[in-house]
Amino acid sequence: MRTTVLEYDLSKIVELARQGKRVDGRAFEEARDFTLELGMCKNAESSARIIMGETQVIAGIKMGVDKPYPDNPDEGAISCGAELLALAHSEYEAGPPSLDEIEIARVVDRGIRESKAIDFTKLCIKEGESCWIAFMDFYAINSGGNLFDAGSIAGLAAFLTAKIPKLDENNKIIKHEYQGKLELKRLPLLTTFVKIGGQILVDPTYLEEKASEARFSVATTDDGLMSAMQKGPGSFTLEEINKMIDLGFKVADERRKKLLKEVKE
Amino acid sequence: MSGRVRENMPDYKKDKKRVDGRKMDELRPLSIKVGVIPNADGSAYLEWGQNKVYAAVYGPREALPKHTQNPLKANIKVTYRMATFSVPERKQPRPNRRDMEISKVLGEALDKAVFTEQFPNTEIAVFVEVIDSNAGSRVACLTAASCAMADAGIPMKDMVAATGVGKAFGELIVDLNKDEEDAFDAVDIPFAILPNTKEIVLLQMDGLLKKSEWSEIAKLGYVACEKIYEIQKKALSEKYQLSEVSQKLIEDKSVSKSGEKDSAKIKKESKGKAKKVRK
Repeated sequence: MRTTVLEYDLSKIVELARQGKRVDGRAFEEARDFTLELGMCKNAESSARIIMGETQVIAGIKMGVDKPYPDNPDEGAISCGAELLALAHSEYEAGPPSLDEIEIARVVDRGIRESKAIDFTKLCIKEGESCWIAFMDFYAINSGGNLFDAGSIAGLAAFLTAKIPKLDENNKIIKHEYQGKLELKRLPLLTTFVKIGGQILVDPTYLEEKASEARFSVATTDDGLMSAMQKGPGSFTLEEINKMIDLGFKVADERRKKLLKEVKE
Repeated sequence: MSGRVRENMPDYKKDKKRVDGRKMDELRPLSIKVGVIPNADGSAYLEWGQNKVYAAVYGPREALPKHTQNPLKANIKVTYRMATFSVPERKQPRPNRRDMEISKVLGEALDKAVFTEQFPNTEIAVFVEVIDSNAGSRVACLTAASCAMADAGIPMKDMVAATGVGKAFGELIVDLNKDEEDAFDAVDIPFAILPNTKEIVLLQMDGLLKKSEWSEIAKLGYVACEKIYEIQKKALSEKYQLSEVSQKLIEDKSVSKSGEKDSAKIKKESKGKAKKVRK
């Protein structure tokens, strides 16, 4: 099978990292470039397809009307889901959500939710009775590593372009008619790192993830704040964490510029 | 709006054209690209009207758990899923009974196209994912899946060409869209054939239909599937076009075998056959 990971490949990656190199010739602090396509799914309130190296992800948003939670009667909500489709890699299986799937979805969700980018009170339709829920789901189409960042970029692009449907007098959604757009006050983006051979590498490929001894993600906003962190397997020193946070701001800034350019076009 | 006749309803017998302007036997625009998912052994991306689907093939690989292995043939296992945002109202992520049934009938259709007896005890896994839909997603998936199978280099008797056929607003039509599928008199028939043998490998129906109407619809189905077959073959030849060098090698070989005078004829033929060779 084409996708089998050989031990040889992995030890080569570690060996190269010790020499300060990566298999694809990138520098350690260099993220892959990406292309973004927006709005191809007409049934969705917004959609985004990102291709980042070999990684391909599709994100889309559906808006639904529901009852607010009793403890926040004047607030709507967002929900983020991730699916590592069996289509995307021979190691993935169709079936109930895997642990990896749940972690990716929750980290992307936290990055956006905790940045307070979306004012949930604006998603309220009638206090205590009805509110909007923005369901963002993203799907791995080809898994080429770092689905965290790909999901985060595609997800943010989807939130930035999501339209809010019109409602009739019974609060039923009128199909294909819209009353406005979702508003975001901040633009949070995840940046993910791995440690290989004692070195810190940003935006790992699939094989680099396999060869890594530790993983870390940080969500940063355009106004200089952090909104989520997640250490995966392995351990880091405080110096390493601080270095990754600094680099995270830098990488996210570059990605944000590119994303905004695409969204505005 | 099911079942109820409303005012201002289209009448295809009178209108002579359909709600989206198509002729009765006209397909929506269809485009296919193969080899879009590098991790897969074979893959395809298809856009058919508003429908957008991915298909990926993994295998033949060992069928697991072991008791599912068949010592006489490969199992073709299709997994049909829809993205939550692919339908007007958000779909629940977990597979429902419809997903399961479609997976089953698609697998049975592909099974007839593949030389499964060549790969005992294995499974050929086919995953199809709908990311946008507007009636006819299962036939879109089957059409894409069979391209992905060919892309994976799996030995096949033929491709499977699939389309929706049926009836809406008083006329027999091809490739129903959502408005037509919701018509008061809608009959929806997912239909697929192996174009070479004309065998029918997928056939479902819901709606009310006369036997005579079915005979007409089947004829429409065959004609439409032939058109789809051509698009499938074109998509594959776009990836597996011979390079100029290998094209020339084949030509030279045939020249030396059969003498100078037939070379022009052979040249023509080899162009037609130059398909399933990797770049």
